[in-house]
Amino acid sequence: MKYCLLFLILGMNVEVNAQSARKPAVKKTAPTKNSALTSSMARGSIVYTSYCLACHQADAGGVPNMNPPLTKTEYVLGDKKRLINIILNGLNEEVKINDETYSNPMPPHNFLTDEQIADVLTYVRNNFGNKASLVNKPEVAKLRK
Amino acid sequence: MNIRLNRFLPVVLFTLLSVTELFAQTASKKIILKDASGLTLPGGFAATIVADSLGKARHIAVTAKGDMYVKLASPKNGKAIIYLHDSNGDGVFDQKTGFGNYGGTGMYLKGGYLYASSNDDVFRYKLDASEKVINQDQPEKLVTGLINRRQHETKSLVLDNNGNIYVNIGAFSNSCQVEDRKPGSPGKPNCPVLDSAAGIWQFKADKTGQHYSDGVRYATGLRNVVGLDWNQQDNALFVMQHGRDQLTMFPELYDTKKSAELPAECMYMIKKGDNAGWPYIYYDPFLKKKIEAPEYGGDGKKEGDSKFINPVAAYPAHMAPNGLLFYTGNMFPAKYKNGAFIAFHGSWNRAPEPQAGYFVVFQPFKDGKPYGDWEVFADNFSGSKENTAKGRADHRPCGLAQGPDGSLFVSDDNRGTIYKISYAK
Repeated sequence: MKYCLLFLILGMNVEVNAQSARKPAVKKTAPTKNSALTSSMARGSIVYTSYCLACHQADAGGVPNMNPPLTKTEYVLGDKKRLINIILNGLNEEVKINDETYSNPMPPHNFLTDEQIADVLTYVRNNFGNKASLVNKPEVAKLRK
Repeated sequence: MNIRLNRFLPVVLFTLLSVTELFAQTASKKIILKDASGLTLPGGFAATIVADSLGKARHIAVTAKGDMYVKLASPKNGKAIIYLHDSNGDGVFDQKTGFGNYGGTGMYLKGGYLYASSNDDVFRYKLDASEKVINQDQPEKLVTGLINRRQHETKSLVLDNNGNIYVNIGAFSNSCQVEDRKPGSPGKPNCPVLDSAAGIWQFKADKTGQHYSDGVRYATGLRNVVGLDWNQQDNALFVMQHGRDQLTMFPELYDTKKSAELPAECMYMIKKGDNAGWPYIYYDPFLKKKIEAPEYGGDGKKEGDSKFINPVAAYPAHMAPNGLLFYTGNMFPAKYKNGAFIAFHGSWNRAPEPQAGYFVVFQPFKDGKPYGDWEVFADNFSGSKENTAKGRADHRPCGLAQGPDGSLFVSDDNRGTIYKISYAK
């Protein structure tokens, strides 16, 4: 039930109607120019909830001193390669954002598929007040060793 | 209820004049005051803000004259120990000076010395007759080279009455997995973290240049301890453990709700040589049992090895107990004497469930043991229920100290506020 509620909220954020966001596989909106983005975002929100939210939190604001925020930071909005590599390889170094340091290590998330990584990064880069280009599957595949 | 009201009536009337809000908390049949400090407190208590915007104020220590030393997690304007003094006696610290360029958490006063820790080392500063640091730039370095891998890296400390200092060295890991915090990753056999961390080490309080080899691993199997204190009745060390995170890494055994509610944050009474069981077990507050960790073959029900000590008290999961203080003052009503105050820094690992904590709890004690249920003592550090649920607290309680008059000081490491909680008879 709580999951449904969460998906509802996330669904609203990504401008997918709640009905479709509630289902794991979302692809029922009429084809438009943005349908690729929309469906990637919807899938990404599910990946986010399962693997990212526990540390980076529902609002992506992170946890002070520990888990970095994913909002308005170069790490998220900047170089896509660096971002993809963080998902694939994890990050075990001190992260500095706006004079704050975040120290919790992030484990590699290479168990996610190329599509899941592309989707969740697209979702994070276009949600929580962020606006940046999509990440697609081949970009992830290229960096996966 | 009526008797209580009558007894507190003068206090209540006075408080009404000077504070913003008053409301009755019927559930606990107690009058709760929300005063100008923004905190809610039991009837008869009032809080004032005695310092603000100090930086990340971690542990604190108060002198016999009521001056305060504050340890900052990271330096502010190059200083990470703040000395506060009230020069005009109005109850607010109006003089602030700083020294020490290293961030850290530990701060303790004993026997004419101020003890402080970075995340790697332990220092002490000699005090003059009025408990002012004599040489701010040249502390004695008591212990050096403690492990710091940026996870549970703070080195809380306390002293006994026999010249020993006890230092927490937290686990540089969540649950000693082969791959830290990775879903499904198993635990490392004979967890190697325990050799140099996940325990309390005992060193000499008056000897410089000590390394691991000079110390004693006083207790092991403690994932991370931030709040700790020496109980004078028991002449024993008490610690608050930060329990493990992320049981959802084993989703077939723990859903997000279970993972939010397990394991308990535990209070342990420590004797030399004790093993509290991390990473092999965790404490389930509902089953009231030590349960084998899923990384080590646990199924969520199987009991862990009985050689591990039991907690003396258990609290809800993930609330992060960062301060522990045994109250020995005479200002507060008799029930508080020799009981424990615990500052819960507030959770993050309950998401997507609502976050919890961000308050100071009182745990009654009798004859040196927890006795009866704990209760929330000071609340609303976060600013609102919504802030608490979201984990976006305005203030986060961290350090505790007792003033010479028996008042209770609480530090906040988010906005650098220091609260003084007093009881008006």
